[in-house]
Amino acid sequence: MQIQVNGEALEVQESTTLADLTEQLQLTGKRIAIELNLEIIPRSEHAATRLSSGDRVEIVHAIGGG
Amino acid sequence: MSELEHNDPLVIAGQTFRSRLLVGTGKYKDMAETGAAIEASGAEIVTMAVRRTNLGQNPDEPNLLDVISPERYTLLPNTAGCYTADDAVRTCRLARELLDGHDLVKLEVLGDQKTLYPNIVETVKAAETLVKDGFKVMVYTNDDPIVAKRLEEIGCVAVMPLGSLIGSGLGIQNPHNIRLILEEAQVPILVDAGIGTPSEAAMAMEMGCAGVLVNSAIAGAQNPVLMAQAMQKAVQAGREAHLAVRMPRKAYASASSPLEGVINN
Repeated sequence: MQIQVNGEALEVQESTTLADLTEQLQLTGKRIAIELNLEIIPRSEHAATRLSSGDRVEIVHAIGGG
Repeated sequence: MSELEHNDPLVIAGQTFRSRLLVGTGKYKDMAETGAAIEASGAEIVTMAVRRTNLGQNPDEPNLLDVISPERYTLLPNTAGCYTADDAVRTCRLARELLDGHDLVKLEVLGDQKTLYPNIVETVKAAETLVKDGFKVMVYTNDDPIVAKRLEEIGCVAVMPLGSLIGSGLGIQNPHNIRLILEEAQVPILVDAGIGTPSEAAMAMEMGCAGVLVNSAIAGAQNPVLMAQAMQKAVQAGREAHLAVRMPRKAYASASSPLEGVINN
């Protein structure tokens, strides 16, 4: 199925969880935050949150800024 | 640390800080320079931005939070780059998740790219939402005393008027307005944006500001680490001068040496 991650289309397997997605993107253990369809999904719920076709995921991290 | 500094903490939302210099982490050459400059500044509150993670590119790229550790510094996520209240609120919520529930944020909602001047209508709207949502909001604003008071009434924990445009290094263009804001304020007032040199930071502190937030003036110096150190001293000197209360200005000379016993005929 297809989802959107940070504005880009991405093909993932059915019943992929947010934890699976972060692993697929090599982001496991990184300091990131995830929003799914405009809603924050706390880190503790990544493993239990299954994605559906068409979901919009935002993955963010901290960078330098003033 | 001197005795005075120890007894004169900066208090923001009930949390106390020894340093009144807040610094940003943008515009540095690399992470090593960022870390060294922040360290030299002596700052305890350090701003950061929240951005989309580059997917599939350099997964081992150093993360800002590895250099500026949340255990050592009080991180202040900003909403830089946001032009609407909705985007700013969304960014703050992402930052809170990113920093494990940390709720101190720097709200800035900008008006246009040329001036990065704050959009006050959207800033007020975002501040109301964020305060209701439990955030401790330090808010970037213009130097309008009425707006500053309104943001305080909404419940912002600190109000941060600009000295001049972000990244301009033009100093405090309207010190009279900053004074008007200071006269009425019940929350810490920090000059955010525009500081270009340590003397300008000292000027803000002498006027009675609770602190200053500096990024470009340090990152844009030829030697950022040395400039960070200079800023630290200037902020401290300005604060001590404010507490000491300056001498009155006089229209005519007043000799420093006694007149008695002068050798003359």
